[in-house]
Amino acid sequence: MNKTVNQKAWFLVLPVFVVVAFSAIVPLMTVVNYSVQDTFGNNQFFWNGVGWFQELLDPSTELGGRFFDALWRNLAFSAVILAIEIPLGIVVALSMPRHGWTVAFSLVVMALPLLIPWNVVGTIWQVFARGDIGLLGWVVNHLGVAYNYVLDPASAWITIVVMDVWHWTSLVALLCYAGLKSIPDAYYQAARIDGASRLAVFTTIQLPKMRRVLLIAVLLRFMDSFMIYTEPFVLTGGGPGNATTYVSIDLVKLALGQFDLGKAAAMSIVYNLVILAVCWVFYTVMVNADAEKKEVEA
Amino acid sequence: MDIAWMAWTWQTAVFFAAIAGLLALMTVLALVKPERERVGVLRIATTRGDRLFIALLGAAFINLAWLGLVGPSLWWALGLSLLYAAAVFRFV
Repeated sequence: MNKTVNQKAWFLVLPVFVVVAFSAIVPLMTVVNYSVQDTFGNNQFFWNGVGWFQELLDPSTELGGRFFDALWRNLAFSAVILAIEIPLGIVVALSMPRHGWTVAFSLVVMALPLLIPWNVVGTIWQVFARGDIGLLGWVVNHLGVAYNYVLDPASAWITIVVMDVWHWTSLVALLCYAGLKSIPDAYYQAARIDGASRLAVFTTIQLPKMRRVLLIAVLLRFMDSFMIYTEPFVLTGGGPGNATTYVSIDLVKLALGQFDLGKAAAMSIVYNLVILAVCWVFYTVMVNADAEKKEVEA
Repeated sequence: MDIAWMAWTWQTAVFFAAIAGLLALMTVLALVKPERERVGVLRIATTRGDRLFIALLGAAFINLAWLGLVGPSLWWALGLSLLYAAAVFRFV
């Protein structure tokens, strides 16, 4: 097939370019400019070279210490929620109905948590988990378990993880469900004729067919959890102490709480680069999984 | 228009001009010498643009690693980044 080459079409991209320039490129340039300078306000800046970056990357300094702490904490959080949400989402998708009115019903129920704004989710759980008036907190405390997400880091972590699982497992489940729906019935019939076990059907038919949606789910959930801000900010505000201060919360504390624009800019850039690299890896893996599939089919 | 809030320095201006120059160069190259994707050592299909992205992102991490592990003199890191970029454009 021969496509006509028409370079004039690029001009149609111009409006988008202008919008992106104002919403992303100019702010990003400004952040880069801030990251090599120091300011005390009033648009007065002092050159600091790579000083902030050096401090940021040295764990023995105050800035580096808190950055690496927040980074490991955030990676641990992402690992924990992925380890729970992905298997749980698969199990939920496998147990969802395939036919009848229950399909629509379960889809709507599953979608409900996804429709709630992040800050509302945080507020819901903040009240829900309170020991005095919250149903969850009150019940757990009356079962004899010491649980207080305001004072106890373990409780705070568990609350945030459970909140995230409640909020986002649906997404994984719905994606997996879409993957499962795309498997033709003939596959299952063939498996039945061969006398395949439930486990064999899962590992040889369902899991391979879900691979692509699972990659998307992992990518989405990793990025979202790695950039999580609103829910823990509302629920714990990063506390107790710094126990749930993830990178974005720390960044806001640094930029808006302490008004250390230079340090915050340096931290933003490194944070951004980490996200960019992870995104690129995921994206490349995803696109190539697709290309391989096409090759096999061809 | 007052752009004092953007806090430009000549160093960052040079940096962004270099990036913009690279993008312009890639555009011209795409017009003058159209190319096809190819598969290299990473076993992924890449265009020149992909390789530029990999080179730039890698260069950023090389510089950060140098800054964190060696010291604030980044000229060596820049040299290393250029070597890395050359390798990326040759082999990836």
